Formats: sequence, C-alpha cells, structure tokens
Amino acid sequence: MTISYFILFLSVIGIFLFCYFIATRVWIKVDEEKKDSNNQPKNRRDFLYISSMSIGGLGVASFMWPFVKSMSPAEDTLALGSTEVDLSEIGIGQSITVKWRGKPVFIKRRTEEEIFAAQNVDLSSLRDPISDEDRVQNPEWLVLEGVCTHLGCVPLGQKMSDTKGEFEGWFCPCHGSHYDTSGRIRKGPAPENLAVPPYRFLSDTIIKIG
Amino acid sequence: MQNSSEPKKYKNSFLNWIEYRLPIVSYIEKEYGDYPMPKNCNYFWSFGALASIILVILIVSGIFLAMNYTPHTDMAFNSVERIMRDVSYGWLLRYLHSNGAAFFFIVVYIHMLRSMYYGSYKYPRELNWILGVFIFLLMMATSFLGYVLPWGQMSYWGATVITNLFSAIPLIGEGLKTWILGDYTVGNATLNRFFALHYVLPFVILGVVGLHVAAVHVHGSNNPAGIDIKSKDDTVKFFPYMLVKDTFMVCVFGVVISAIIFFGPNLMAEVDNYIPADPLVTPSHIVANWYLAPFYAILRAIPDKLGGVILMFGAIAILFILPWLDSSKTRSCNYRPIYKWFMMLFFVNFFVLGYVGMMPAEGIYLLIARIGLVYYFAFFLIITPLIGKYEKPGHLPASIRDVYIDGKNY
Ligand code: HEM
Ligand code: FES
Repeated sequence: MTISYFILFLSVIGIFLFCYFIATRVWIKVDEEKKDSNNQPKNRRDFLYISSMSIGGLGVASFMWPFVKSMSPAEDTLALGSTEVDLSEIGIGQSITVKWRGKPVFIKRRTEEEIFAAQNVDLSSLRDPISDEDRVQNPEWLVLEGVCTHLGCVPLGQKMSDTKGEFEGWFCPCHGSHYDTSGRIRKGPAPENLAVPPYRFLSDTIIKIG
Repeated sequence: MQNSSEPKKYKNSFLNWIEYRLPIVSYIEKEYGDYPMPKNCNYFWSFGALASIILVILIVSGIFLAMNYTPHTDMAFNSVERIMRDVSYGWLLRYLHSNGAAFFFIVVYIHMLRSMYYGSYKYPRELNWILGVFIFLLMMATSFLGYVLPWGQMSYWGATVITNLFSAIPLIGEGLKTWILGDYTVGNATLNRFFALHYVLPFVILGVVGLHVAAVHVHGSNNPAGIDIKSKDDTVKFFPYMLVKDTFMVCVFGVVISAIIFFGPNLMAEVDNYIPADPLVTPSHIVANWYLAPFYAILRAIPDKLGGVILMFGAIAILFILPWLDSSKTRSCNYRPIYKWFMMLFFVNFFVLGYVGMMPAEGIYLLIARIGLVYYFAFFLIITPLIGKYEKPGHLPASIRDVYIDGKNY
C-alpha cells in the first residue's frame, strides 16, 4: 500500500512540474515574441521563473497529499479488518461463507475424497501451479476468498445444490471458470487460483481471518 | 493541423490553433499578463486575489469532507468525529475548512474596508461593488448553512434562532419558516437540505466572483490616490509585478493560517459545538459566529422582533446603495480630511459592534450596541451624503506618476 501511495505521490508531483514547466515556457515564449516585435532586449530571467514556478508547483503538489490520503480506508475501517469464526457447527463436506473486509470468504470442511483429489494432481498440469499442502494449514479446512480471479464474481459451489464445475470445487457462472477442491483454477478465463486470506487457528474450532 | 489562412499571432502553432477557435490565450494574456495596474497600489490590493485562493481551498477541502460526512441527524455528529479521529488527515481537512471559512471573512472584510476607504465603489465601479455585496450575502448564507452541519449544540440552536427570524415576518412568517425547515422544528429534513445548499452555494459564489473580477478589469483597478490612469507611466503590468506581490501575500497568509491550524485550531470555534445537538436543552449562552457578530448585535439591540430583523437585513442592504449615498467626487479618503476620520470611526464602530454581539445582550453591552447601531446607520444615511457636500477635498495629484514626484507616496 505505502509503495503505491508513494508512486502516486511522485506522479502527482511529476504532473505538476510538467504543467508548470510547460506553462512557464509557453508564457515566456509569448512574452519574448512580443518583446522581439517591439525590438526590446530579450528576457533573461527564464531560469528564475522556471525554478520559482517549480518550487511553487512542488509546494502545491505536496499540499495535495493529505487530500489524496484522506480517501484511503480510515482507521475504523482498517480496524474491521479481521473476523473470528467458530467452526464447531460445520459438518464434514459442508462449507460456510463469512464476510471479511466486505468480501465473501469460503470455509470448507473437506471430505477424505476431496482432500485426496486435491493432493494428487500433477502440478505441471495446473495454470497456477501450487501444491495443496501450501494452500492449507490443516488439510481438513480449506479457507478461500470467494472472489473469482477473473473479474470478481462469487463462484458457485457453497450450497449442496450448486453446480461445482468439472473439478468438483467451485464454478464461476459469470464466464465459466472451474476451480478444483483446493480452489485452484483448472479451466476457464480466470488467471489465478482463488486467493487464500491470512488466517490463524486460535483453537481447534476457532479461526481468525485477517 | 492549422489552416494556412488562419492568422499567426504566436510562433507556437498549437497556441494559434487554440486562439483561432477560442481566443482564450489572448484573453489570459490581456487580463492576467499585460493588465495595467496603477503602480501606487499597496498590499490592500492583494486581498481580492487572496480571497479567491481561499475560496478554492474551501471548495476543495469541503468536497473531501463531504466524502466522509453523513447528513442525517443521527449520524452527522458522529461522522464529523470520525473525520477528526479515523479518517487519514481528516482533522487537517476539517480545521482547514473551518478556519479557512473564518479567514475568508477576515480577508473579505479587509477587502471591503479597503474599497470603502479608497472610494473604489464610486463611478465607474458601482456594479463591481454591488456584485461584491452579493458575494458577501452568499458567503453569510453558506457559512450559516455549513455551521449547522456538524450538528452540535451551537449548530442546532444557531439554526433554530436564525430560522426563527423569518417567523417575524407578518402573516406569512410562520408558514415560511416551516417551509424552510421542512418540519416544525429544525430536524432531519432541515439538515439534509442545508447540506445540499451548502454544497452548491460556493459554486454560485465562484460564478459571481468571476463576474466581479471581469467587472474590475473593464475600467481597471482603483488606487490609493483614487485618480484615473492617464498614461502608461502610471501603471505596471500584472505579470510579473502584481503576481509576485499577490504570491507573497498568499505565502504570508499560509504561515498565519498554518499557525492557527496547527497550534490553535479551535481558537475561533465554540466549545459547545462539541456537544451533540439536543433539542430539549438550550446552551446557556448562544453566540453568533464572530464574523457575523456585528449584525447579530444590531438584531439584539432592538427590543422589537420584527424591527430587529428589518434593521439587521437593512444593515446589509444599505451597502447596495452606498455608491449613490456618497455625494463626493473625490474617491480616496487620503484626500478627504474630514470624511477620513468618520470612516475610521466607522471601522472601529464595526469592531465594537462585533464585540458586543458576542457578549450577553444586557446592561452596558446593550447600551453600546444601541449607540453603535445609531452610528452605523447615521454614517450611511446622514454623514456620507452631507460631508460630501460641505467638505473641501485636498489637492489631488495630476497623475499617479506625480504621487511619487510629490515625495509623498500614499
Ligand atoms: C464559500 C465557501 C464556504 C464557506 C464559507 C464554508 C463554511 C463552512 C463552515 C463555517 C462550516 C462549519 C465548520 C465547523 O464548525 O466545523 C462548514 C462545514 C462544512 N462544509 Fe463548508 N464552506 C464553504 C464551502 C464548502 C464546499 C464547497 C463544500 C462541499 C462541496 C463544503 C462542505 C462542508 C462540509 C461537509 C461541512 C461539515 C463538516 C465539518 O463540520 O467540518 N463547504 N463550512
Ligand atoms: S468473473 Fe468468474 S469467470 Fe469471469
């Protein structure tokens, strides 16, 4: 986040300097041309004009920073950045959807078959290769951000009655992306696997997301 | 891209292309480059530019505040507190906005007093002055509306008191008040519409400011000697001479407002406004915003409800006809030995009215307010027309250039 703000900040300064530079150049040109036609001596203060304008531009640009920054998530919004979830009610093969930072998070208690299917895949056949072990902390529990990595729809597969796609995981109805039982992209336009949010087991049955 | 038959005013073909289609290049050049300023103008002539800058700052900071503000009676106060505590740099935005509004008035008052002292409202700049008074009215309305938004005790009761002024109007008064409020008392409907209006009025001000500035440029700026420009020797170009002067002024202003924002952001605020609005309890002492206090003093000086309201609005309305009340042809008070002192007294009186306007309306304060009120109106209606007839003006320099040759530069 900080890096992106820094870049934004620099580009704003850049734009300002550019505008000021162009504006002063143009202005001095206009002025000089008039002087030329009146046969008056040339204006030799270009350097002074440009440097003072640039400093002024820099001042205005840095004045903009608090305004830009005020639009990013406020402290209270950031404080809502984590959620605790009780897992004790979830049976084998079931999954729940919770809300974290305004987005759906899928928590699935996988069956033996599903774990087996997820673990025994030829990694080289994957679009975004990563082993199932690296995507879970406890193989029984799969935690995913329920946001399709194509254009942000919520994939189907949470309800028993949902179509789960060709790989028995999730299926995004928007443009047809198929995810497997580890939430990895297997078929369709999405470029990446469903993201795994940061989470931690506080006890056997409680996890904290975020 | 340029047609060969198009005129080539500048060497740069892009400028020529624009210029032929929209003569904005030559407009800017004429109005903000070559525009002749009388060379004896002092720093009082920088306050107009300063006011424009502040208006822009207010609009920008206001837009960013509005991104986090909620115009609902249950949430407004908390949303402002959230701006202060949680939104990144929200405190800066808010202090910039509230102190900026106060400084807007300081700067505009100085600008107005300048116009009065140097007779800038006189022929041929009357329309200019009238547009200025319109801006002043709009500013007062905008700041009143804005003051209601944080929904503290002062917001609520200020709104109640001011909207009740309308109920003084015979027959239609009560109905008018209810229509303005959209409720029987100041309520959610009121807050909502006040926010909508507070958002839009500054842009109206911006438009009127545009007209105001365009009008000054028609006959050129007045100057401390109050005499017309006669030749090129009397003037300097706006660019770079005035631009540098105005920029310096803006820098000084920046230092002053930063000092306030960072070291005393609540100096000009009322503590009671940090208590959420409570329709059942009135604060023991309701004070007007200091920048509206002189008019508030006039309102309270009259024991009659309708009379007070009429005089208060009259005190502003009378400004519109000032150009026709002044019978003297001499503009600048520097050359009006008697009127000058009445003018000074008028300024002092205005401050005194402001002071008593913030004190309880009783005893000595009430007496002072009444004396001040009499002088305020006597100044406009009696002193100004009469002195112009009988005063013998001082000897005016033949041209602005001669101001310096005299050795006395005003
Ligand atoms: C002529 C220009 C303006 C003046 C004189 C003015 C004046 C004021 C004043 C006196 C307040 C109360 C400040 C306080 O007690 O905290 C205020 C608040 C506010 N104003 Fe303005 N304002 C202007 C322009 C604007 C603009 C252009 C916007 C939005 C587009 C805006 C949005 C707000 C908001 C959202 C608040 C409430 C937040 C707060 O209380 O800090 N203002 N304004
Ligand atoms: S958004 Fe999921 S496939 Fe396009």
